[in-house]
Amino acid sequence: MGLIETFLHTLTIPGWGVHPDDHKRPAADAPLRTLPLPTRLYVPLLQHVGQPARPTVLVGQKVLQGQLIGAAQGRISAPIHAPTSGTIVAIGEITAPHPSGLPFSAITIEADGDEHAIEASVAADPFALSPEEITELVAAAGVVGLGGATFPSSVKLALGKRTKITTLIVNGGECEPYLSCDDRVMRDFAADVIDGVRLMMHATGAGEALLGIEDNKPEAIAAMRKAARLFPEIKLRPVPSRYPMGSDRQLIQTLTGKEVPSDCRAADVGVIVNNVSTANAVHRAIRLGEPLLRRIVTINGGAIWQPGNILAPIGTLASDLLAFAGLKSEPARLLMGGPMMGAVLPHAKVPIVKGCAGILALNEDEIATPAAGPCIRCGKCTSVCPIGLLPLEMAANIRVDNLDGAAALGLSDCIACGCCAYICPSHIPLVQYFTHAKGELWSQQRGKLRLDAAKRLAAERTERLERETREKAIAAAKRKAERAAQKAAQAASAELAATETTETTQ
Amino acid sequence: MNTALLTAPPPTAPHALASNGVSRIMLSVAATLVPATLYGFWLYGWPAILLWLITVLAALLGEVASIKLAGRVTAPELSDGSALLTGWLLALSLPPWSPWWIGVVGGLFATILGKQVFGGIGFNLFNPAMVARVFLLISFPVQMTVWVAPLPITAAAAPDFHQGLMIFINGIPKLDAVSSATLLGFAKTEWSRGIDLMHSLAAATAPGNSLTGARSGSLGETASLLIAAGGLVLLALRIISWHIPVAMLAGIALPAAIAHAVDPTRYLDVATHLLSGGVMLGAFFIATDYVTSPNTKLGQLIFAAGCGFLTYVIRTWGGYPEGVAFAVLLMNALTPVIDRYLRPRILGRNWRGAPLDADVERAKS
Repeated sequence: MGLIETFLHTLTIPGWGVHPDDHKRPAADAPLRTLPLPTRLYVPLLQHVGQPARPTVLVGQKVLQGQLIGAAQGRISAPIHAPTSGTIVAIGEITAPHPSGLPFSAITIEADGDEHAIEASVAADPFALSPEEITELVAAAGVVGLGGATFPSSVKLALGKRTKITTLIVNGGECEPYLSCDDRVMRDFAADVIDGVRLMMHATGAGEALLGIEDNKPEAIAAMRKAARLFPEIKLRPVPSRYPMGSDRQLIQTLTGKEVPSDCRAADVGVIVNNVSTANAVHRAIRLGEPLLRRIVTINGGAIWQPGNILAPIGTLASDLLAFAGLKSEPARLLMGGPMMGAVLPHAKVPIVKGCAGILALNEDEIATPAAGPCIRCGKCTSVCPIGLLPLEMAANIRVDNLDGAAALGLSDCIACGCCAYICPSHIPLVQYFTHAKGELWSQQRGKLRLDAAKRLAAERTERLERETREKAIAAAKRKAERAAQKAAQAASAELAATETTETTQ
Repeated sequence: MNTALLTAPPPTAPHALASNGVSRIMLSVAATLVPATLYGFWLYGWPAILLWLITVLAALLGEVASIKLAGRVTAPELSDGSALLTGWLLALSLPPWSPWWIGVVGGLFATILGKQVFGGIGFNLFNPAMVARVFLLISFPVQMTVWVAPLPITAAAAPDFHQGLMIFINGIPKLDAVSSATLLGFAKTEWSRGIDLMHSLAAATAPGNSLTGARSGSLGETASLLIAAGGLVLLALRIISWHIPVAMLAGIALPAAIAHAVDPTRYLDVATHLLSGGVMLGAFFIATDYVTSPNTKLGQLIFAAGCGFLTYVIRTWGGYPEGVAFAVLLMNALTPVIDRYLRPRILGRNWRGAPLDADVERAKS
């Protein structure tokens, strides 16, 4: 790069964010490998944001590849399908890919090895279908946001009905270090991704698509440019490599200059964001009639012998993938996702879910964390925060349990991207502070709601009791009056009778 | 799979850290002071070397004593390098031939009363080195205003180690023979005697003298060009950002330019202001102190412009010829206020914190 280019490049870098060592190569350059079919697959019922799927099969039942095994329930949910043909051997609990290590429900399938697929009917020209039909097909295929948010894609596509979508942003940012599954999708399935983008444009009514790809992936940019050259409405937009560029609000701002208001969704400003892998999944769902059965997972980290990207069925155990890639040493820490936002895995016997972009096996050197020191108020956290928050002030408030003070500083706007904790020279675990405070505030809010409900009930009871007393008093008074009237009447009639008697006797 | 992973509390993201650390930052800052310090040693000889040494040692001693008294662990806190830097910066701002006890008292005052009584690094409101310097200036005005002309260590008339040690222990003998006012002090005295700048400074030009080092002052003043060079290295290393140095220099340069244009016989020119006293040290090393400067860029600009402007005001109309230390301390006091009222705008919200208007954002293209 020439001097002028370097200078111009510096100018385009946004003020926020960090630039961690990306560790993407050599894993990104290794050819895509396919995992030999594992003997057992553990398909969780909840792999998306929303309600878990409801099992539609019974233990002992034979299923075909692509057969529905869990139906979506509720407005925001997604179905799940058998990633391969075989027998349902259990519907029960297994360890969730979450730091807590708590169990969650999954359907266990013993593969028969035939990979016998279910008959699929495919529309000859999907562009002749209505946007609603496309959305329904995507919903039926169980496609969710594969960038990690796992929001059901059909719900997102249906937003086009409610608000006018002008721009579809295709997220090829992949700003997390170590991960390269989206890079691989763009390099190996460029034409499919572009087709998926066109289908999503059709479904949402978006007039243009902006493909945002970080400039540290020149091969992917070249492949996508080649695939998109026939479609002028799809514009390739390389963006500076800057974490968290792949975060939707940051990418929207970088590509369109629009800022999503803090109380709105992207759709409210006429934009929706979808990941490149999601576009690929939409293509497969519509063109091949194939539900979301497998995904590309990056296996990387210092403890991995052959880092790279592996195409694996949903429900594969992380341990199967690690065994396939080979371990150089005992991993010091296992992560699902990237190092900036990924979750620690309690152990490797957890299944791959739809939103799992990678499994990282890090060695001791990679996770070395110096002891936290006092804040020196250097303000680096403030300058890197992509949201414009003051992490050091929020942390100072949280440290003395002034959670409302932290909330007033904008805690609820924090996206937990980890830039502040990454850059902190005192190594203060800022994200941990914020996660703690958010949880605490949430439970306080719940407690307050419960208290309010109890207060309301108590007030209602008092009112009811008062009303009852009042009504009783009124009733008593009424009865008394009635009795008095009766007595008076009786007395009167008695008097009258007496008078009459007197008259007759006279 | 080892079982330790199961029982240990799950570490939270991020699992990657930048390779910076507090001690790395402090030691880098100290390293950029080395050329200016060595140049000062060469110009002022053994008394200056001994004074630097004792000031730094006193600052470290104050730090260690405070940490021990507070019952904390010494090694990690001392190794952050901040006490070393505080002592170093103080030494660069002292008259180079000051007696030993100036360095001892100043160094101890800086770390104990300037920093540790507040709770240690990160908690002090004022820049420790400047607190100590102002304390010394007010308490010992005679010793703190005795300046000598530079006498390179290689020169025949320069004190040898033994003579240097005597000056260090007993103070300067035959004061009148060697003392020499700083440019700012000289200009102020002459003006008060009714001699205007055209006449009093006919022989002295600040930029020329700064280049050759032929001007009296503290180590940081005489070597101000090397201090500025060190500051540029800090900028290149991204340890400091441009906001504070630029705003502080501008805060002095703008009023100086205007006043000098109006009356050159009364007001010093811009170059003299920028290269004299502690301006370069202040702009690049003192005002940029993380702990005592605002957190936001806008806050830093206001803070540093205030430092510069107050320096100019004190120099021009105040009782002291130099005002960087006072100006920085005054603006340090304002830092919490600046931080309170100048907060960055949150993404998706306006400056008042209310969500942006979706229709306005939608209309952007």
